[in-house]
Amino acid sequence: MLKTRIIPCLTIKDLRLVKSVQFGEHRNIGSYIAAARVFNARDVDELIFLDIDGRRTGLKFKLLEEVTKECFMPLTLGGGVNTIEDMRLLLKTGADKIAINTAAIENPEFISESASIFGSQCVVVSIDVRRVNDMFEVFGHNGVAATGRSALHWAKEAEKRGAGEIFLTSIDHDGMMNGYDVELIREVSRAVRIPVIACGGAGNLDDFVSVIKEGGASASAAASIFQYTQVTPQNIRQHLADAGIETRV
Amino acid sequence: MITIVDYGMGNIGSVKNALLHLGADVLISNSAKDIEESSHIILPGVGSFGDGMKKLEELGLVKVLKEAVLGRGKLFLGICLGMQLLAESGEEGGLHKGLGWLKGKVRKFQVNEEVFRVPHIGWDDVRPDSQAVLFSGISPTTFYFVHSFFLVPEEKDVIAAICDYGEEFPAAIQKKNIFGVQFHPEKSQKSGLKLIKNFIQLSEK
Repeated sequence: MLKTRIIPCLTIKDLRLVKSVQFGEHRNIGSYIAAARVFNARDVDELIFLDIDGRRTGLKFKLLEEVTKECFMPLTLGGGVNTIEDMRLLLKTGADKIAINTAAIENPEFISESASIFGSQCVVVSIDVRRVNDMFEVFGHNGVAATGRSALHWAKEAEKRGAGEIFLTSIDHDGMMNGYDVELIREVSRAVRIPVIACGGAGNLDDFVSVIKEGGASASAAASIFQYTQVTPQNIRQHLADAGIETRV
Repeated sequence: MITIVDYGMGNIGSVKNALLHLGADVLISNSAKDIEESSHIILPGVGSFGDGMKKLEELGLVKVLKEAVLGRGKLFLGICLGMQLLAESGEEGGLHKGLGWLKGKVRKFQVNEEVFRVPHIGWDDVRPDSQAVLFSGISPTTFYFVHSFFLVPEEKDVIAAICDYGEEFPAAIQKKNIFGVQFHPEKSQKSGLKLIKNFIQLSEK
């Protein structure tokens, strides 16, 4: 049976591992390769790397080369990916899936193009969301550019254009460790038939159970809980298994 | 020597790293000479069927691989798209001709997508045939899949392992010196590395 996935999300800025709160206050945590090694030793399901200055300072192939030498689990890389050539090079260097965000918002055709060349399974559309009035609004450019678009509509359009997965982050819940935005995750998971990876807010073991059982997430990404607490991916998987959810225990 | 065929499709780096980690003598190449001199050939692949075949044809590799694998019996492992290309045809993005080393075709999952989201992405259990040499000594037989299509061979006895995701589909095939896995062993941690090790330890008969 297909297992749910627990995916540590590593945010990179200036080639350092950082952690944000509501997409601001990026605190320097340390070395991404040290973190990757620990996760690898802990037999984690997958890793996601988001390079928040990718757009400004270029794609970090060096990071990928270093990580892929030691980690034999799936890697998704996002941050500043703008062109087909970017994706081709990242895949060749060792990324398995590429997350696109702002580039897709600015040119939705990019989703269709990349899916048709590399296959949908390589294309993750990353959607960052703030609750604005009564809407789940999509924000681009690392959370600063309001698009006026609804997360639901955008997710559905991304699916229609060939996205293989949606990586859905609640900016409001990011770094707060108060739980995922389960309502957001549920609404988007119901609206599409491709896997949805939930992100933003995980603070304790039960948060993972809720986002999967009530939110319908296919996978849960988290950062603060791994960086600021002693919780390991295995703790989470065991807790999920105890709650009757299929995992890689 | 092991050659990983470089036809411009996807994650060659990962496959190479896995082999280097296992201490193998590995080369990334698309030259006929390297392929002819290797004992083992790996065809990785991430991408679409049509694109994959087009690239193999452009590089003149269809003939080279056929000669090396079907002609000279070199050990061959196709990974993901690399396994799918073994078929006579594939339905992804229109009907395309494959390598045709196995009778059968490649099609998309026909499942209730409300329950079984497609692409099939994540770690899933594989049930290997007791004779399947690639899976020898592996536990758990859980591997990472990321695909929407799979190969349906006409000869059912080439199926070496099965996975069940809404419907049963071949997770691995074996026909004499030709092996294929639908999942990504280079991304499947210990279980995957052991499978790759099993492959490289096979010797030509």
